[in-house]
Amino acid sequence: MNFETTIGLEVHVEMKTNSKAFSPSPVAYGAEVNANTNVIDWGYPGVLPQANKGAIEFGMRAALALNAEITPETHWDRKNYFYPDNPKAYQITEHDNPIGRNGYLEIEVNGETKRIGIRELHVEEDAGKNTHNPNGYSYVDLNRQGTPLIEIVSEADITSPDEAYAYLEALRQTIQFTGISDVKMEEGSMRVDANLSVRPIGQKEFGVKTELKNLNSFNYVRKGLEFEAKRQVQVLLGGGEIKQETRRYDEATGTTILMRVKEGAEDYRYFPEPDLTPLTIDEAWIAKVQAELPESAKARRQRYVNELGIEAYDAEVITQTLEMSDFFDATVKAGAEAKRAANYLMGDVNAYMNDKKVELQNTDLTPANLAGMINLIEDGTISTKQAKKVFKAIMEGEEPVAYVEKNGLKQLSDPAILQPVIDGVLDANEQSIEDFKNGKDRAVGFLVGAIMKQTKGQANPNVVNELLMASLNAR
Amino acid sequence: MNYFETDLTKLHNQLVNKEITSVELTEQTIANIKATEPTVDAFITIAEAEALAQAKAIDEQGIDPNSLFSGIPVAIKDNILTKDILTTAGSKMLHNFKPIFDATVVEKLNNAGAIMVGKANMDEFAMGSTSKNSYYKMSKNAWDQTKVPGGSSGGSAAAVASGEVIASLGTDTGGSVRQPAGFNGIVGFKPTYGRVSRWGVIAFASSLDQVGHLTRTVYDNAAMLNVLAGADHRDQTTSTREVPDFTANLNGDIKGMKIALPKEYLGEGVSAGVRETILAAAKQFEALGATVEEVSLPHSKYGVAAYYIIGSAEASSNLQRFDGIRYGFRAEDVKNLNDLYIKTRSQGFGDEVKRRIMLGTFSLSAGAYDAFFKKAAQIRTLLIQDFDNVFKDYDLIIGPSAPSVAFGMDYTPEDPAELYMYDVLTIPSNFAGLPAISVNAGFSEGLPVGLHIIGKAFDENTIYRAAYAFEQTTQLFKQVPNLGGQD
Repeated sequence: MNFETTIGLEVHVEMKTNSKAFSPSPVAYGAEVNANTNVIDWGYPGVLPQANKGAIEFGMRAALALNAEITPETHWDRKNYFYPDNPKAYQITEHDNPIGRNGYLEIEVNGETKRIGIRELHVEEDAGKNTHNPNGYSYVDLNRQGTPLIEIVSEADITSPDEAYAYLEALRQTIQFTGISDVKMEEGSMRVDANLSVRPIGQKEFGVKTELKNLNSFNYVRKGLEFEAKRQVQVLLGGGEIKQETRRYDEATGTTILMRVKEGAEDYRYFPEPDLTPLTIDEAWIAKVQAELPESAKARRQRYVNELGIEAYDAEVITQTLEMSDFFDATVKAGAEAKRAANYLMGDVNAYMNDKKVELQNTDLTPANLAGMINLIEDGTISTKQAKKVFKAIMEGEEPVAYVEKNGLKQLSDPAILQPVIDGVLDANEQSIEDFKNGKDRAVGFLVGAIMKQTKGQANPNVVNELLMASLNAR
Repeated sequence: MNYFETDLTKLHNQLVNKEITSVELTEQTIANIKATEPTVDAFITIAEAEALAQAKAIDEQGIDPNSLFSGIPVAIKDNILTKDILTTAGSKMLHNFKPIFDATVVEKLNNAGAIMVGKANMDEFAMGSTSKNSYYKMSKNAWDQTKVPGGSSGGSAAAVASGEVIASLGTDTGGSVRQPAGFNGIVGFKPTYGRVSRWGVIAFASSLDQVGHLTRTVYDNAAMLNVLAGADHRDQTTSTREVPDFTANLNGDIKGMKIALPKEYLGEGVSAGVRETILAAAKQFEALGATVEEVSLPHSKYGVAAYYIIGSAEASSNLQRFDGIRYGFRAEDVKNLNDLYIKTRSQGFGDEVKRRIMLGTFSLSAGAYDAFFKKAAQIRTLLIQDFDNVFKDYDLIIGPSAPSVAFGMDYTPEDPAELYMYDVLTIPSNFAGLPAISVNAGFSEGLPVGLHIIGKAFDENTIYRAAYAFEQTTQLFKQVPNLGGQD
């Protein structure tokens, strides 16, 4: 019997508003424990939530970028659950009227484009974080409490772990280019819950699904789903049945392990949040957010190819991350030749980042300095060989023109200076001239080497070649 | 001194003219409170040192001639946060809770120069209509200490009625300011929902809660709303509407005013004495040139049931934060975290609070939501429509603020729901978010009867005009209780 797989993904993305969804506390990753909290985040008696309009607008951005319809009349709901990292014991969310509905995302798998539906997107607040210390105590850090989230729920359109992977990649990129989130799995600003079911091909109803947790990278999502699909098929083929349960992906073994069996839906006792007024999103507001929506990765790729003459593949690489794409745009804007800028970013800069394990924004490289170096190459001031030195310097924050000046790296292109050097070298190497005349091309290489040595490598090789050939032929 | 013979304007003039200092006034007030407390038990906390320090500061900077409250002692209900001063909400759960910030209304009173002399007793978490649900003490009715002061703002009402303070803050979720004001023969006001900030008020039922205030006279009451009203970015349910001067046009002229008297408000369950007193009040309004006509609010009878579902549902959510971890009471001798939660709540909450948490939790649960919470919300909509219909043709609605006068301290019905009926006349205006006042309409069985006047949303002025005209005609505010020799 052959089976087909159905996968649903629930993705939570932390939105990088300045302040929290319902309190003026700052939103920032990596602050000292409980530093970014106030009485609202603590669930102190007497406090009230203060809805952050920015979180709504970021939610609208995500919805628009994912081609969803914006819900014009919405209100907040309380989702009640009691847990130490959730001090007021309810989460403010959009249960009845999510901000966006009926969106979609296009993915490409094996060269084919497929549209994955997005059922809904809702804005809500994040919980704090519990850490369990071996000393027997558990600690609560409320820095994350109240951080605005957008929850993105896919339709059951995903039919393989590879599609799930492609969906997550596309989603990450789409969200990142809206500017609402860093969407980093490793920092928890993107979190994925997956559910999966299998059914014999041809069967109409879906099989019983299991939910997967602890999926800490896209790769683990794919591996976890692959394992889970196989496991379910094996259970069914062995005559067993799938139970509705939550399973944890185990990174060490690459398997999924039972966490808990679900007995009925959990009862969150939702009701409309009485501390906040309902929200009306009119056409004008949607139009404003739409107008402010940053250029998408797709639009950027098209621009790079059509306006800057970048190869399609290269444009793809550059738009992998918003940082890289922004950096590229800034470098071109600073006057750099686009193709060379692209090549540097994809080549040397990428190699540097991989080598040092840093992100682009954490290096000392600036678009202005990269453009400066590229311009020095373009106008012949430095050779590509010299550029290697300059590149190292600009990665340390040096300004290329000043660095070239200071280190005498300027290429010698002036014939008035080079000709006497060439003459001197030829005078000292009669044998080489002889060899050249006898058709031994190697002699030219030897002579260029000698000229470069005399000029401490600063001679412009093109000019040297030209002058040398003329001089040789003249002798 | 007590506050029987004076009013805000007179006291203000004495302070401005330096006939008395704020420190002297505060000292005398506290001395009188100490002498009166054994009779009425209105306070959980008397903030003597803090009040005197505040009064001293006001004297030093000088009485503000433009602020009626400058240098005037007031009391605050104990579910309203006062920085560094014990705020218990009448519960064991917060027996040691000293907030780190002031509620917006406290901040506003401070800015107006008012002196906070103490925290008034109340039903635990404002749940009750007797103040007997307080963990701390049983406040007494100022007119008869064998009778309840009403609730939940019973302490706030008893403190004003017994002359301990000239004004106090309460909160009103289903009638908790107006009913005790009525029982004590004073003026109690619940503003339009959104008129006054709830920031710093320990929530009971967020969609119904509103800070109210209690005074001896209508003018003083309107003056206090001038201080309290206004938008607050920390409470997004507050209205950004302009705040008028609520003391304007208090001139006794209500000719042509159209008053509605719903037949449901004088129906079954309302005592004969109360009915007669309110009918007499209606005659009084007619004598003043207003018209009074009978109308119907047909869904009123469902109000109490809907209230105890919605109010308890919201309370069950709001009260989940009290778990013994971050503030307040924490049970001892616990085995583990769950045991700590269970013991803390079992020991920290009183019976009525537990009852409502259970009721509210149930009415929101998956199997019960449609039959209870949703139905109650629909009733709420119908009640609002009832009011909309009447207010198309009328300026005000009147009725009693409670079905009877204050009852005995020892009266404990077997069915706790019987007491819920004491909110039957006041609940609808909370549901509709409408402003309403209780002003003394006379006496029955030797105890005050509250006249309840409901107005249109954000039309507090019309209520005050009518209440003022009534009060100036009856002069009932000049009658003071006998406190058994205490003065």
